[in-house]
Amino acid sequence: MAVEVDTTPKFAEYAHPERLVSAEWVEAHLDTPGVVVVESDEDVLLYETGHIRGAVKIDWHTDLNDPVERDYIDGAEFADLLGRKGISRDSTVVIYGDKNNWWAAYALWVFTLFGHDDVRLLDGGRAKWEADGREYTTAAESAESVEYPVVERDDAAIRAFKEDVLAHFGNPLIDVRSPEEYSGARTTAPAYPEEGALRAGHIPTAMSVPWGKAAADDGTFRTLDELNALYRDGAGLTDGDNVIAYCRIGERSAHTWFVLTHLLGFEGVRNYDGSWTEWGSAVRVPIVRGTEPGDVPAAR
Amino acid sequence: MTDLLPGELETIRTDFRELGLKDRLQLLLEFSNELPELPAHYLEHPDLLERVEECQSPVFIFVDIDEENIVHLYATAPRESPTTRGFASILVQGLKGLTVDQVLGVPDDYPQDLGLTEAVSPLRIRGMTALLGRTKRQIREKLAA
Repeated sequence: MAVEVDTTPKFAEYAHPERLVSAEWVEAHLDTPGVVVVESDEDVLLYETGHIRGAVKIDWHTDLNDPVERDYIDGAEFADLLGRKGISRDSTVVIYGDKNNWWAAYALWVFTLFGHDDVRLLDGGRAKWEADGREYTTAAESAESVEYPVVERDDAAIRAFKEDVLAHFGNPLIDVRSPEEYSGARTTAPAYPEEGALRAGHIPTAMSVPWGKAAADDGTFRTLDELNALYRDGAGLTDGDNVIAYCRIGERSAHTWFVLTHLLGFEGVRNYDGSWTEWGSAVRVPIVRGTEPGDVPAAR
Repeated sequence: MTDLLPGELETIRTDFRELGLKDRLQLLLEFSNELPELPAHYLEHPDLLERVEECQSPVFIFVDIDEENIVHLYATAPRESPTTRGFASILVQGLKGLTVDQVLGVPDDYPQDLGLTEAVSPLRIRGMTALLGRTKRQIREKLAA
């Protein structure tokens, strides 16, 4: 990593402190060569209402997803996007956004699919930045285009597909959706639009840890002790576990993927982005309803 | 060839469709900034407002019908949800001055027809479809009452 890491004591506790930066750090590095700040939000217009000076916008729907197939953009499209945003392969990318960095973590995960080495999250995202009374600008995005190499996406390491989940039983699964979605009382997050799943419930054996529990009230990540209590004591994860996390379309679980991988140091964690909108509509996959995880299903 | 829509709805549709994708977002932001404040009566009585559950952010609407059968739509959504505010603002401005029959006759797929689907994604457009649907439902309920 070319640009120095943030030495905030809270971050030093985590497995990979270099993956987080504080608002102070960002403010002090806005003009540092090699640093590119990226905003990624749920609301596609939020950036336009005010953003961190010099930040560029990357939208999960319109930039990162393939417009036709349910998949991410390919290496050439990613290279074009990042080049237009002024990001080089060796740039230090700092991503932040709304809703506890929900979509920022998702963007970071997609960057990781393409092997972008130095990509960090601004701890607390927009909420913390605003609570600190830091400034926004409404200046139009202005990035000087650079060359970003075409790197093929590597899905194997951190992305799981339905077939991977079916072969995964016996290993830990984390369901990061709301308790209502987990139990099968509903198929979408409370107050969120229906995205179309035909069945409700959860993948057998999955432990329920709603993603937002990893965030404190001010939007920053909880301390190492608190995260250990949630995921190790609460969900029973232990070192060496091979974990798959899922939600509804893979965005909330990208946030949990970040926590498990970079804050708690689990290796080989995968995000199942097909998630409930695929599993809940797939034919002949096992589903459990209710608040208990359920047993490993018999092979079919 | 699509049929002409009443009043501002047609103008809004034409305005959006004549723009490139990026400018369509900018126009949506302008609508967002123009969403009028709720009349004092509704600010004091939030219980009169109906929450649009299909929208990702808290948006509330209320429909009034006056003696001349003209529909008045009121909506509120937070500043940090500019897209939802923009959707609400398009409908508030687009339906302004229309009669009950004209509003009920607005095609349900009007939101998909603005050329915004690519700019904001189909998923997000669903919020505006729900706003229109709930507006019509409130009108029908009031007529039946």
